[in-house]
Amino acid sequence: MAASATPTGEEVQTPAAYEGTTSRRPTTHGRLTPWLFLAPYLTLFTVFVIAPIVYGAWISLHRYDYTLPGKPFVGLDNYLTLLRPGSITFDIFWDSMQATVIFTVTSVPLLLVIPLLVALVMNRSFPGRNVFRAVFFAPYVLGVAVVAVLWRYLLDRNIGLVNYYLDAIGLPGDIAWTTSVPAAWVALVGVTVWWTLGFNAVIYLAGLQDIPRELYESARVDGANGWQQFRHVTLPGLRPVLSFVTMVTIIASVNMFGQSYLMTEGGPGRATRTAIYQIAETGLRNYQMGSASAMSYVLTVFLMLLSLGVFWLFRERKG
Amino acid sequence: MTPRPGDGAEFTGDYTGPAVELAYWNGFTGGDGPFMQELVEQFMAEHENITVVPNTIQWADFYQRVPAAVNAGEGPDVGVMHLDQLATNAARNVIVPVDSIAEGLGLSADDFSEEVWEAGVYEDQRYGIPLDVHSLAMYYNTEHFEEAGITEVPTDEESFMAALDALQEAGYENPFWMPNQWPGHLMYLSLAWQNGAEVYAEDGSAADFASPEALEGAEWQRSIIEEGYSPSDVAIDSQYAAFKNGENSITWDGIWQINDLEESGVPYEIAPVPTIFDEDAIWANSHNFFITKQATEDENKYQAAQVFIGWMSEQSAEWAGSGMIPARQSVRDSGVLDDAPQGVIAEQIETMRFLPPVPGLGGVQAEALEPALSEAILGRSEPATALERASEQATELMEQNLESFGG
Repeated sequence: MAASATPTGEEVQTPAAYEGTTSRRPTTHGRLTPWLFLAPYLTLFTVFVIAPIVYGAWISLHRYDYTLPGKPFVGLDNYLTLLRPGSITFDIFWDSMQATVIFTVTSVPLLLVIPLLVALVMNRSFPGRNVFRAVFFAPYVLGVAVVAVLWRYLLDRNIGLVNYYLDAIGLPGDIAWTTSVPAAWVALVGVTVWWTLGFNAVIYLAGLQDIPRELYESARVDGANGWQQFRHVTLPGLRPVLSFVTMVTIIASVNMFGQSYLMTEGGPGRATRTAIYQIAETGLRNYQMGSASAMSYVLTVFLMLLSLGVFWLFRERKG
Repeated sequence: MTPRPGDGAEFTGDYTGPAVELAYWNGFTGGDGPFMQELVEQFMAEHENITVVPNTIQWADFYQRVPAAVNAGEGPDVGVMHLDQLATNAARNVIVPVDSIAEGLGLSADDFSEEVWEAGVYEDQRYGIPLDVHSLAMYYNTEHFEEAGITEVPTDEESFMAALDALQEAGYENPFWMPNQWPGHLMYLSLAWQNGAEVYAEDGSAADFASPEALEGAEWQRSIIEEGYSPSDVAIDSQYAAFKNGENSITWDGIWQINDLEESGVPYEIAPVPTIFDEDAIWANSHNFFITKQATEDENKYQAAQVFIGWMSEQSAEWAGSGMIPARQSVRDSGVLDDAPQGVIAEQIETMRFLPPVPGLGGVQAEALEPALSEAILGRSEPATALERASEQATELMEQNLESFGG
């Protein structure tokens, strides 16, 4: 390679010259090359991630309304208000955090387990497999507006089809799916699972297909039954995928907004207003962008702690 | 007359400058959209050197987008917004005063109902030229009424309750569905005003959702459910969907639904909302033309924008086809409403009440009043508890708003 690339056309280079080029290489290209490779991504990362993070932190220290000329500096006031029990902002914000926790805690386990079961079934060979794969993935391609409006009507307490059929088969047909809790949470979690399980299932499926068949064969030779194969071959084989899916699902659940915005409008009262919902209302409807930014940072801190927990859970264990 | 820089304040009603393009934003996404489109085309046919580029955005998004877009110089030059948003956008320096247009057109309070005209003024300057007014109305299913033997349209509490009872006896179990969200708070405001409550302080410093008079209104709304006239847990839009399906006999909704109901084929009639308490009063709003600060940066655009608004305001008769009530007395008297369904509502224009021109009030309502009222109507908490808390919250928000907009 090195020989053919020389412009002089020399066929053979002396070992000394060859060594010379290798030892010079880091000093001539080393410093800049990696940065050049990173530059396109780094530019985007700086402009769309780093800069907004810094700008957001700066906004959270002000009483900030972008349409007004005066944006007085208030120090940590926005944060202190969020942490002072008894204030209205405190109640509203922590209620919305609680709503986020309820949604996350109930939806994440379902979104981890059900897609895995679906993927395990889809990984077998049976007639019409591709159709079933498509059927499970199909809802995911719908936008949140479509999904939410569709289900809002289906789940209506008084004129919805769901209650109609529940009634027809002799079950209680007067459940207020969108206007009472906990029914509203059941509805929101159920719709979210129906809507997004296809995504997780596809990732699982890819992971399952990456597990070498020989492992199953040797497990069978060693006399492992179905459960043992799942426990000792499938699950360890899925670990990298599992940690990715867990992470992405948690983040998506904590960021839930569209479903409750469109299906329940945060109701009944403000029971299903999630943190992101409240941040959007505070910042974009009431133009209290300083307060909304402070809320986002508190939420971010919680999300980071949660992520650390997940990393710790899925860390490579020795032995 | 060729416009010169600095001419902006003069309104001549005519534009003779070079060809300009006007970005025109509105939220007429429903049955009103085609009527607006027609007016725009007619305007362009008559004004060859002005091209109007319309952009229709749902009202819910409209009020978040307009300030951002105008600040970025990518927003509308002219547009239509609701009366109760004018003060907010004036205080945010998004829109500019239009006193000169009002003067140039010879518009004055005489030609409008006083409430509408006054509500467009913020800090002694006018920010909107009213196009129409639209209020809540009572829609009722004529077949149900016939079967229940109701011959006179209810106008007060006594006749309204009698009608509900008659409907129930005729087999319509739930004749009047009470929504816990939109337009529940518009009903609440109407009832509070009918009962003599002042919900918002005129100076924008405080809200009182829980005064005895206002509370009575909310309690009346809740009682409709408790007494079985309405099913419980009426979710978003379902009272209206049920009305269109013939499941609900009476619904109070905006007159902007007229065209939609016409199309649906449901046998309906429209009437003023009954006066449940003492005073005739009904929540109303108004579509107003505005000019943004963005348009003022180009003298030609500014002139053309004024011509556009002036012309539009004079055509508001045609706008009646959209189901709205023309804002100008002279237009209403011209006979355009004679055969229009909203004619009966137009007669009540003197009883229409508008939110005071307080900046930021729209956000306050959405953040404080609406969730609390939803709790009260759903029976999740006592109306007094929910609304007292909401008053505190609203007052806090309004104080912050005053401080922000004052400084």
